[in-house]
Amino acid sequence: MTGNEAMAESAVRSGCQFYAGYPITPQNELTAYMAKRMPEEKRVFIQAESELAAINMVYGASAVGRRAMTSSSSPGISLKQEGISYLAGSELPAVIINVVRGGPGLGNIASAQSDYFQATRGGGHGDYYTPVLAPAGVQEASELVSCAFDLADFYRTPVLILADAIVGQMMEPVTLKAQSAAKQRGLAKGGRTAHSARKDWALGKKKKKPQNIIRSLFIKEGALEAHNQKLLTKWNKIKSQQQRHSTYKIKDADYLIVAYGSQARIVQAAVDSLRKEKIKVGLFRPISLWPYPVKALKRAAKGVKKILVVEQSLGQMVEDVKLTLATKNIYFMGRAGGGIPQETEIINWIKKNL
Amino acid sequence: MKIIYDLPKSLKKVPAHYCPGCGHGIVHRLVAQVVDELNLGKKIIGVAPVGCAVLAYDYWNFDVSEAAHGRALAVATGIKRCLPDNFVFTYQGDGDLASIGLAETIHTANRGENITCVFINNACYGMTGGQMAPTTLLGQKTATTPKGRESEKKEGWPLQISDIIAGLKGVSFVARSSVSNPARVKQTYGYIKQAFGKQIDKKGFSLVEVLSPCPTIWQKTPYKAGRWVEEKMSKVFPLGIIKK
Ligand SMILES: Cc1ncc(C[n+]2csc(CCOP(=O)(O)OP(=O)(O)O)c2C)c(N)n1
Ligand code: SF4
Repeated sequence: MTGNEAMAESAVRSGCQFYAGYPITPQNELTAYMAKRMPEEKRVFIQAESELAAINMVYGASAVGRRAMTSSSSPGISLKQEGISYLAGSELPAVIINVVRGGPGLGNIASAQSDYFQATRGGGHGDYYTPVLAPAGVQEASELVSCAFDLADFYRTPVLILADAIVGQMMEPVTLKAQSAAKQRGLAKGGRTAHSARKDWALGKKKKKPQNIIRSLFIKEGALEAHNQKLLTKWNKIKSQQQRHSTYKIKDADYLIVAYGSQARIVQAAVDSLRKEKIKVGLFRPISLWPYPVKALKRAAKGVKKILVVEQSLGQMVEDVKLTLATKNIYFMGRAGGGIPQETEIINWIKKNL
Repeated sequence: MKIIYDLPKSLKKVPAHYCPGCGHGIVHRLVAQVVDELNLGKKIIGVAPVGCAVLAYDYWNFDVSEAAHGRALAVATGIKRCLPDNFVFTYQGDGDLASIGLAETIHTANRGENITCVFINNACYGMTGGQMAPTTLLGQKTATTPKGRESEKKEGWPLQISDIIAGLKGVSFVARSSVSNPARVKQTYGYIKQAFGKQIDKKGFSLVEVLSPCPTIWQKTPYKAGRWVEEKMSKVFPLGIIKK
């Protein structure tokens, strides 16, 4: 399966009941897969008239308690940002997949990691964050989509999957998690899963109160500030509870390379080559880009001589590494616009800087 | 004693924030009345616009979602596709529906979504202080057309959005009315009830356009604003059923 298809199938198996999307390369396989699979499961698929419409349809589906998802690539994600801000402000769960391509502007359709700032700093207007999960392969992409739905429901927040074009397009074997029997039962009964059953804030439900309202407008003096403070408590909770990462051969490492997504796969190959030459190098791979895995990175960087950050961008995640580790020995290697830092370049850099 | 006129149950007993003579309050009440009469109270979900009516949920006593400016019909599509047995309607101004949300409006109607849209045409942007709307009349002065709207090679003509929508296959009912006098209020009530009926019968998209006075922006007394609707607006936007 390709990463795009695996993410789509995983969404279906995670109980996604509503999908809306608009065509854009390199994520078209995902939308096409959902067009076929969602009706098979008697769930909703809509090809929207634009990314604006798609994200706002997701807003509506989420407002009535359904697990809802949209996917796109960089220019389309820019269009969705207003909607993501509204989702965050209204505390509506949703999953948004960005299969990142080169920018700015129309850019190109090659793999890139240049949407890191947009993804990890809220992206739209207002004081908010969204959890951001970055898979490095097809198996992980499928697992993180499932995780994203759970995080979204648990914290009542939009969750972003930041997959680069390589992860979206690469083909790898994948073991998909089975749809749980309970979920299937729930879906048969008009689509309400165990998750939505608990969403007592949702519209259109039988309830004691006469009225539920989904809103992000707080006009009374002090009301928005109080709402923002409440959201801040939530972001802080997510920060302390949801840091995810993985490491590779870091135990005795003198040199630490930090990379995420498909770039981490290339770095891992470089680490193996360097280790064969007895050069003690290891890989630290953030999986949650927000919250950034600061606790683990601090531990991993202890006693390390040099830290190299490698990205398919001109230097975005490197800022989080610098914020986390207030040290001087942080270096950056990156290429943009479809350029990918190669294994040999990484090996050469480490050897030159021993 | 027999009560012949009372507040609908779907309307809260609170003072409204609308300006004196504004049409929004009247249409809110008509919607609430129809909701009561059709017994939709438990099934209804409204979508509020960005515009003067953004706080509609402060007045209606049923479930309401906000939507980003212009996106009410996309939000309503998401809701209705998930809950096809619920009753879903949007309430939108002319800027919301016919300018920034034009793509959503046309495509929701063209998909034949079984949704009802209550469209308030006040020929201006009320909330942001009276700029030109797509429905602003030729010659009408607004904050952004200080010399009056000019057509050719400038601001174009008042957009006949309801007529465009009526031409789409997925649309079951389109009508235009006003709330400038009691007879027109009654006509509007009738149209809203018919449009809601189309959704109940699963006939597809339905829309009621209401020419609605905005005395504040028009700088007219409520009475004169009503007269202006009758004498000027209704000439450009003729009243009656456009599609049935
Ligand atoms: C994306 C975006 N652009 C602009 C605005 C500012 N804005 C708020 S209401 C409005 C126009 C409202 O006019 P209309 O839809 O005609 O409703 P009315 O207030 O006249 O009832 C605008 C432009 C906004 N909230 N969001
Ligand atoms: S500005 Fe116009 S539309 Fe808005 S509340 Fe006042 S009269 Fe009504």
